[in-house]
Amino acid sequence: MRDPLRLLLALSFVLTALAPANAAMSRLPPRAGTASATLVIESTTDLAVFEPMLLAFQERNPGVAIAYRELTTNELDADIDRACAERRFAADLVVSSSIDQQLKLVNDGCALPLNLPAAEALPDWARWRNELFGLTFEPAVTVYNREWFRDRPVPQSRFELIDLLRDSEDFVGRIGTYDIESSGVGYLFAFQDALQASTWGRLVESLGRNEARLFCCTAEILEWVADGRLLVGYNVLGSYALERIERDDRFGVILPSDYTLVMARAAFVSREARQPEMAARFISFMLSPAGRDILSRQMRLLSPVDGADQLARLTGHDSADPRADPQTLRPIAMSPALLVGLDRAKREIFLRQWRAALPASPASE
Amino acid sequence: MIGFGGIGSGTAPGHARPVSSAKSQSIAFRLGLAMVLILIAVVTATILAANQFGQAASDETFDRLLRGAALQIAERISVADGQTQVDLPVSAFELLSLARNDRVFYRVIGPDGRTLTGYDDLPRPARQSRGAGAVIYDARYKGTPVRAVMLTRQLAERSISGEVMILVAQTTGERSALATSIATRAVLIIAAAGVLLLFLALIVLRIALRPLARVERAMLMREANDLSPIDVPAPQEIAILLQAINRFMGRLDKRIEAMQNFVADAAHQIRTPITALRAQAQLALEEKDPARLERLHRRLYARSVGLGRLADQLLSHALIAHRADTATMERIDLRRVALEAERETRAVADEAVLVELPDEEIWIEGDPVSLREAVKNLINNAIRHGRPPVTLRVARQGDAEAQIVVTDRGSGMSEEAAARIGERFTSDGISPESAGLGLSIVASVAAMHGARIIRHKPEGGGFAIGFQFPMDHS
Repeated sequence: MRDPLRLLLALSFVLTALAPANAAMSRLPPRAGTASATLVIESTTDLAVFEPMLLAFQERNPGVAIAYRELTTNELDADIDRACAERRFAADLVVSSSIDQQLKLVNDGCALPLNLPAAEALPDWARWRNELFGLTFEPAVTVYNREWFRDRPVPQSRFELIDLLRDSEDFVGRIGTYDIESSGVGYLFAFQDALQASTWGRLVESLGRNEARLFCCTAEILEWVADGRLLVGYNVLGSYALERIERDDRFGVILPSDYTLVMARAAFVSREARQPEMAARFISFMLSPAGRDILSRQMRLLSPVDGADQLARLTGHDSADPRADPQTLRPIAMSPALLVGLDRAKREIFLRQWRAALPASPASE
Repeated sequence: MIGFGGIGSGTAPGHARPVSSAKSQSIAFRLGLAMVLILIAVVTATILAANQFGQAASDETFDRLLRGAALQIAERISVADGQTQVDLPVSAFELLSLARNDRVFYRVIGPDGRTLTGYDDLPRPARQSRGAGAVIYDARYKGTPVRAVMLTRQLAERSISGEVMILVAQTTGERSALATSIATRAVLIIAAAGVLLLFLALIVLRIALRPLARVERAMLMREANDLSPIDVPAPQEIAILLQAINRFMGRLDKRIEAMQNFVADAAHQIRTPITALRAQAQLALEEKDPARLERLHRRLYARSVGLGRLADQLLSHALIAHRADTATMERIDLRRVALEAERETRAVADEAVLVELPDEEIWIEGDPVSLREAVKNLINNAIRHGRPPVTLRVARQGDAEAQIVVTDRGSGMSEEAAARIGERFTSDGISPESAGLGLSIVASVAAMHGARIIRHKPEGGGFAIGFQFPMDHS
């Protein structure tokens, strides 16, 4: 929030809106004249990241004001779920990185079916029911401290990581990952890991033995790895890592060569949307070539439409390199199978196993 | 038998009926319309059937997914530390995800009736069927129709025993889409087949009706007075029509021939007496002697009476011949025929006729006018050629037949003359006194009524002639 006018606007909006306590509401006034419509977006993405896209959209739709409400994944899910049950308007467009929660909201009938020609370009895994659409392409990566690993081989796969953790005492207290009880994305990645391969059990065990530190947020893990407090960060949301690596060479990024999970931030238009057409237009815009260009150039994010190729280019590997082999990219499909992770009984069992391996959960200091 | 048209043929009257005034449409149009209607009915029925079939096939497919998912969930229900545990398998949901665009709802209910996990308000089947196994049912959930399965699993552990119910539901989008797609494909095939069938049927129709055109051409190419049978190769159905036409033309031909014969005969019969009459009239003009003149006058009178009778008989014959074709038979009492014939004879003849009638009615099927004429002819013959007294008698003959007989005391007719009964004209005498024409009428009427002409010489002399009819017992 750079200019004071916008801050003022945002403040007044926050005061009047029936928003969750922690919600930060920003309002982007229309580019020209008075607002003919206000597009209300609820999102888990930082406004700073999203702003270029919003502004570019407003450039093409000058009469549109945008109210952007930023929440954590659980807050957003609870807010939309409540509004959906009460058939009350909360937002036109709902964007979240917690795609399992998003899928459940759509499954519960909170979304509006759209007829989006632009969504035809999306791969099958990044869309569901003409209601839920993947907007980004974000791999789960391993980050490492470049300084420490200067003379040591970097673990390219989970097998190598497990071996490294087993053979060395150097990592005790110096490996970190998400606290899956508080981080939605962390839980999602962990749950998918458990489904993908048998390495999961051994990996959790190794993490436990090395007294892994658990974090709520990506930025914190990156910070700790960069300054050497952590040597390795596991399952970090790649989009943040790739964005930061451009200005911070203290850490490196690995796309695990056994498999790399890929997640698409998911968006849907609310059933109770007041501006459904504008919201649909926004999704179309993000998937269009112009939108994808902004996504990669200004937001340092990839699009599911062409994410695999872009990723190969970004990580400096041409497609001949096995590490960029699309075969190892395992996108998390938007399908009802995601409901399983959210099942309360299943979640309890999964967390019980997690806690058994990682008894103390020393969050960030 | 030669005679005025259609005598004794007993078939439908030979005259042409007026062409039916009802709009006669083309056979092709009628058949085509019928075929289209039948096709529409068949296609409609098949479309309904295809829809049902599509729905059933689609239900079967997707119900399997539901049941499979429920079974997989059921397998992962266990009891640990006195607690029922559900470890939801991802594979169950991946199975359900085969219906790519359908929403999935589930619920697991523990032995105590509490929902262990899933959607707390997912409805159970309306009718609870006891016992294990899967119950498939339709319901509404979150405002949309869903298809659901309820699977019951018995727990029999030390700590917990009872039923765990697994409910899995899915929206019906993909299932309806599959049903529609199956039905649509079936309907398209049926419709295409229908159109093809119609097209072929119309071609077949044209080919089948081609012989009609041939008949039409054959008839148009005929001379106006050519009434010979049409001989055109034709299929059975049209051959029947051709036969009918040929029969009709045959009757027409006979009728025209009869008419021509009648004109020729009548001219011949009448010309001779008229010539004689004129000759005698001329003689009378030149005769001065009163006695001779008197005789001539008498002869002239006799001649003109004879001529009158001849004309009478000719006309009567023409009338009978016409009636043979047109008159409708009715139920009549033969006694009444006898009485009327006697009365009309008495009006013109001097001779008295004795009438003998039975007490009860004698019913027969017949045409009263022609019968009366025939009987009058028999009476006149008896008066003229026989010897009085002349008797007219009506009698039953056994149970089934009746007679009407004229008897006189004369010698009767010669065998030679009797053999010629029924010929058009007996040409024995140009004489108007001749019985020939009268007997011809009698023969026509007998044939028209299916009666026999009987004649015999009764004991004690004389001559009897008459009809024997089958009686009408109805």
